[in-house]
Amino acid sequence: MAATEQEILAGLGKIINEITGIPESEVTLDKSFVDDLDIDSLSMVEIAVAAQDEFGVEIPDDQLKHLKNVKDVVNFIQN
Amino acid sequence: MSTDRVRVVVTGLGVTTPLGGDVDSTWSALLAGKSGVRPLTEEWVDSVPVKFAARVAVEPTEVLPRPESRRLDRAEQFALIAARQAWQDAGTPKVAPDRLGVVVGSGIGGITTILNAYDLFKEKGWQRLSPFTVPMLMPNGSAGWIGIEIGATAGVHATVSACATGAESIGYAMEMIRSGRADVVVAGGTEAAIHPLNIASFAAMRAMSTRNDDPQRASRPWDRGRDGFVLGEGAGIIVLESEEHALARGARIYAEAAGVGYSADAHHIAQPEPTGAGIRSAARRVLEDSGLTGEDIRHVNAHATSTPAGDVVETVAIQEIIGDHPIVTATKSMTGHLLGGAGGIESVFTIKALYDRVVPPTVNLDDLDDGVEVDIVQGEPRKLPDGQIAAINNSFGFGGHNVAVAFASV
Repeated sequence: MAATEQEILAGLGKIINEITGIPESEVTLDKSFVDDLDIDSLSMVEIAVAAQDEFGVEIPDDQLKHLKNVKDVVNFIQN
Repeated sequence: MSTDRVRVVVTGLGVTTPLGGDVDSTWSALLAGKSGVRPLTEEWVDSVPVKFAARVAVEPTEVLPRPESRRLDRAEQFALIAARQAWQDAGTPKVAPDRLGVVVGSGIGGITTILNAYDLFKEKGWQRLSPFTVPMLMPNGSAGWIGIEIGATAGVHATVSACATGAESIGYAMEMIRSGRADVVVAGGTEAAIHPLNIASFAAMRAMSTRNDDPQRASRPWDRGRDGFVLGEGAGIIVLESEEHALARGARIYAEAAGVGYSADAHHIAQPEPTGAGIRSAARRVLEDSGLTGEDIRHVNAHATSTPAGDVVETVAIQEIIGDHPIVTATKSMTGHLLGGAGGIESVFTIKALYDRVVPPTVNLDDLDDGVEVDIVQGEPRKLPDGQIAAINNSFGFGGHNVAVAFASV
């Protein structure tokens, strides 16, 4: 059974917390990685690789640059 | 002590060493004659002929938040920890960014990052490498991170001169302030090189002690039974400041950073020049640069690494150029040899000795080698005299680099 949006969001929150120290509670669907969470492009690569491991979904580099918000990543993983 | 140029003073100190996670704990351990050398417990120890080293007393991951430590090489972790202490100790000076600089180097750079990343690359492919691998392995990474943290835009530099790195960084920082490029500069050295490849490589040179049955007695500068250096790790960083800037903000001043003398042996890539000509040149030049006389110098923190080749000739040079009156010590007998970090921590120790008027002993010196005629502190710490005095930290490195930094009491 595929993970729900809430499960993916929770998993992503853990990963982002591990890599950046941002509290999981701040990782909500509407947040922008750059503008709201202040995550740089190198950290985004780390997050993407960790998310691939966690959810078994490959995020190609040309897709990664279009994933601006937390919701974009959650949707990408879900679909 | 020339009057026609900018005087530079020391206003902050920071270290993380095999003897302690900060200046106070390290200094107490030094005065007590404690050793930071321990047996290595890693499984790879069976593959190398040297089975001990001087690891830091406080693991950096106990001090740094995990998200921060995972993007820093171990040498960068040490450097940031020491720099933060020094900056706090200096009272977190308010400095215009374009008047603030950093000079922090490492002898080898992010060597454990390089080696571990290569293992990971071979095993799992390029996609698994941390995107921070390059900033972790580059030897200027520590300087860069510190510069970002304190907002230093006057210039961020990283000198690389093997085991003279820390002292050379401090000399370069003094020159930045004297030449008017900066008012405040954070400077020192860091090293994290305890890895089987490094131990194997130094062992291949026959440079390391193999006293595996008694690690705490292995680092024994000037002792007839010395058989090589003991690898240590850590960082030492100081805050240098123009005297005018320090006085204006009412800073505590530990000492004047009075001068620096550099020389090069142009002799052999790794062996000391046997007559000590380069060491004497550095000693002459530090006196000339600082305006101090040999008589003013009451203490020398010697380079003295516990290798058969280098220790004695350094003391002969001290005796010839400075005199036989300074109280000489080799703190590497307790900390091991921090390579690029050595000049950083030993400058801190030299400054502390001047400020507290006490010199830590050289431990493990049971049987003084022939030809050593300077006054070496053995057993108990030794008091320094009152009044206006000065001290020198010597640091020499593979490549033939010789650096002597002079500090004077204020």
